[in-house]
Amino acid sequence: MPPSAVELRHVIKRFGRLTAVDDLDLVVPTGLCFGLLGPNGAGKSTTMRLLTGQAVADEGEVCVLGEPMPAASKLVRSRSGMVPQADDLDDELTVGENLAVWARIYGLSTSERGEAVGRGLALARLSDRADTPTRELSGGMRRRLLIARGLIHRPELLLLDEPTVGLDPQVRQGLWGQITRVRDDGATVVITTHYIEEAERLCDRVAIMHRGRVIAEGPPFQLITDTVGREVIEVVGGSQAVADVAAQAEGMGALTRDTGMGIAVLGAEHISGDLAVAGRRRPATLEDVFVVLTGEELT
Amino acid sequence: MTADPAPTHTDSTRPMWSRPAPPAFSWRTVAAVLWREWAVFRRVWFSTAFGSIFEPLAYFIAFGFGFGALVAEVAGLSYFDFIATGAVAIGVLFSSIFPALINGYFRRKEQKLYDGLLSAPLSIPELVTGEATWNALRASAVAAVTVVVAIGFGVRPQATVVLVPVITVTAGFAFAAAGAAFGAVLRSTHSFDMVIVGVIVPMYIVAGTFFPIDGLPQPLALVALVNPLYHVVELLRAVTFGQPSGAILWVHVAVIVAFGVLAWLLAVRLLRRALID
Repeated sequence: MPPSAVELRHVIKRFGRLTAVDDLDLVVPTGLCFGLLGPNGAGKSTTMRLLTGQAVADEGEVCVLGEPMPAASKLVRSRSGMVPQADDLDDELTVGENLAVWARIYGLSTSERGEAVGRGLALARLSDRADTPTRELSGGMRRRLLIARGLIHRPELLLLDEPTVGLDPQVRQGLWGQITRVRDDGATVVITTHYIEEAERLCDRVAIMHRGRVIAEGPPFQLITDTVGREVIEVVGGSQAVADVAAQAEGMGALTRDTGMGIAVLGAEHISGDLAVAGRRRPATLEDVFVVLTGEELT
Repeated sequence: MTADPAPTHTDSTRPMWSRPAPPAFSWRTVAAVLWREWAVFRRVWFSTAFGSIFEPLAYFIAFGFGFGALVAEVAGLSYFDFIATGAVAIGVLFSSIFPALINGYFRRKEQKLYDGLLSAPLSIPELVTGEATWNALRASAVAAVTVVVAIGFGVRPQATVVLVPVITVTAGFAFAAAGAAFGAVLRSTHSFDMVIVGVIVPMYIVAGTFFPIDGLPQPLALVALVNPLYHVVELLRAVTFGQPSGAILWVHVAVIVAFGVLAWLLAVRLLRRALID
């Protein structure tokens, strides 16, 4: 087992005049749940495609599970599982057949397949629906089945591209539990997301991507405290109130950011007095980190 | 998610660390693609069966009884025998190139199925080979039904008619690969018309299917000579009725095989361009 599941060195990927991935350096240590956080167009999905050989870097080196890409693409793909953003389950097949097809594509032997399908059904918590047509499943069930499909061959690396987009909050939490167990069983998980909460709660380490580069990387809590402190005071109000707060914060040497509806004062754990009561105190988030580092909104 | 049972030890995802490297081209993976098609087909076989019986019936009734009343004999065959073999060839063309074209487009562009499949250890040559083989087998089943319907209409083939599946599997594979190549380049569903009207319709008309190419003006007859379907229909007549015969048959075989190889290479190349960034 190599110490890092994924290693990208000076990777550049262009599409015509657009540079989707721009001199990207990224190391994903083995056995972690690693998040790529960034807005749409930051290069997250392209980075994922580089890891399966579905995109080929113009420059730089891509290494997955210790193997060079795309040269060892087929070997790497046999040892990793991908959960695509687009739901491509076969609606004409049953739940069990969807898993059985992929067990065959992953090259499992006849004797392994039955057990693998049973395990996949249990993992998706659909054991009592093996013979249900896939089109009758709810959105949450479909996502669980997609994840179970990517795990049918017990991969060392699981790649998830925006796995919880469009799902209810409680369905999302159920999926987080499913993904955490994969990591606890020893696999490396790489997940792309533009949900702050998902990155903070699910991931052991997060790389924040912006315009094809990683602009910050580390454990979520450490990234937050190092960049914007532990707490934020958020003030909602008109331009006059915002200007007052901004002036006050500047006087104290505190960083601020525009929130659209008002202003947020960072590093608020060091602030007491008048300013503290002007707004609502809340824990700092990765969104504050992103805005401070890029000057842009995350979503 | 209300009362989902708690996960148990049976859903462990503990990785299987030792995994042998898969071969660059594996027939087992091709078989997996075929199995997927079969799993879908066994639910929807009825519509295929319906079409494969009623399409030749329509030809036989319209051309055999309608047009055949005016024409007694064509190229040394009774007109009914002539169009019966034409109908087999058209059945092979339609039931291989259409699903390859339409599925190829939708699975790539709308369903994103190919993107999903290519994240698994499946190569583009394996994907093209698997899907074309499936379409070839399905087209051959359609052809076999057409032959049976023709026999029901009184067509009396010679014993070498058992070679028909060899021809239809080969030709079906070639047409399916061509359909996959077109499916790999289409940008929207509007382009289907261009392929159908611009390629498929001329292909099935100028092929000696319903009328012999001898009567065509010189330029059109030349088009027929490079049309793979013409060579398919000639071979079908050779094994079914013993004519044409002689060394020319090897030319027909060579054209179909060469067309199949070219179409497969083109489909692999165009799909790679469409699916790998």
